[in-house]
Amino acid sequence: MLPDLPPAAIPAPDAPAAAEPPGLLELFLAFAKVSLAGFGGVLVFARRAIVEKYRWMTADEFNETYALCHFLPGPNICNLSVVFGARIRGIPGSIAAFTGLVGPPVVIVSALAMIYARYGEIPALQRTLAGVSCAAVGLVIGVAARMMGPLVRRRDPVAIGFLIAVFVAIGLLRLPLPPVLLVAIPLSIAITYAMRRKGAA
Amino acid sequence: MNGGLGDIWTLAWTFGLLSLFAIGGAASAIPEMHRIAVDLHHWMTDAQFADAFAISQLSPGPNILIVTLIGYQVAGVAGGLVATLAMCGPTAVMAYNVSRLLHRSSQSKWPGIIQAALVPLSIGLMSASALVLAQAADRTWLAVLLTATAAILTLATRLNPLWLLLAGGCLGFAGVV
Repeated sequence: MLPDLPPAAIPAPDAPAAAEPPGLLELFLAFAKVSLAGFGGVLVFARRAIVEKYRWMTADEFNETYALCHFLPGPNICNLSVVFGARIRGIPGSIAAFTGLVGPPVVIVSALAMIYARYGEIPALQRTLAGVSCAAVGLVIGVAARMMGPLVRRRDPVAIGFLIAVFVAIGLLRLPLPPVLLVAIPLSIAITYAMRRKGAA
Repeated sequence: MNGGLGDIWTLAWTFGLLSLFAIGGAASAIPEMHRIAVDLHHWMTDAQFADAFAISQLSPGPNILIVTLIGYQVAGVAGGLVATLAMCGPTAVMAYNVSRLLHRSSQSKWPGIIQAALVPLSIGLMSASALVLAQAADRTWLAVLLTATAAILTLATRLNPLWLLLAGGCLGFAGVV
């Protein structure tokens, strides 16, 4: 009776992933490719490469690793590259995977930053970027709304209450993030735990 | 922008600390980045922040690149690198250690409870990100309309987000929004 079992807790009875463990250069190149293919979300591409193309992990192993990285703070996909690289080739492997993931995009975005610093005042460029930001904000709203769907359908008053409280504190009142989360996280965990105990009793 | 050692140090500890509170990923930390970069340190204007967000979305790669851009604005290439590493480093070390600790899938119910407890918080943060960015980007009614259209298309279709960004850019270039 565990309705939303995280992928991490699903036993993985399947055969180990087929292929030879990749070398450092291969890890770097694979993550660089995944990263450069990933506009607006690298995860889908990472799963495709690691599980389907190279078969370095089974789908279950990937889900388990991702669940861990999602539940820890920080950029999920960066955490994933470090954990994955370490499982394959230890610390050098995690450095190779992480540099592959972050290095090339950082070079590209730094070049764009130089162009912006130099030509950012040109009206046509300003208008274009303003148009892109409007659309990009729409993407964030759309993704947030999609994530809200399951909570709203379950009519989970506690979860919706916490969602609204955080939105008001950070979005409207513009309070600093650390104190808000230092209150909200323990409170949310305590209430979720209490509700599950009540539900199980 | 002057880029002394003091600025680099500020970038390092600011983003290092922020990464520990980025539950649900970098998108959740956008309001705090805005508060720090625009309101607290005046590293950039509201419009520059919106531009940085647009450029980071236009670039391939993980969505932490806005951090690189904020760092670049403060202290050039070195600033961009330091801010990016600070945003990834602490949690990467944490992820590495936790994954070694939990090498085999644990049967404990705690991961499930903590995850269930964090999801609403990260969606609340994401919604706050949307509001903060909308206030920085949407200055005309037509801009609001473009944002709303992009939101509905994202929600209702599986359209590649890049097309929406390009369409927004074209409308902007043409002077519509």
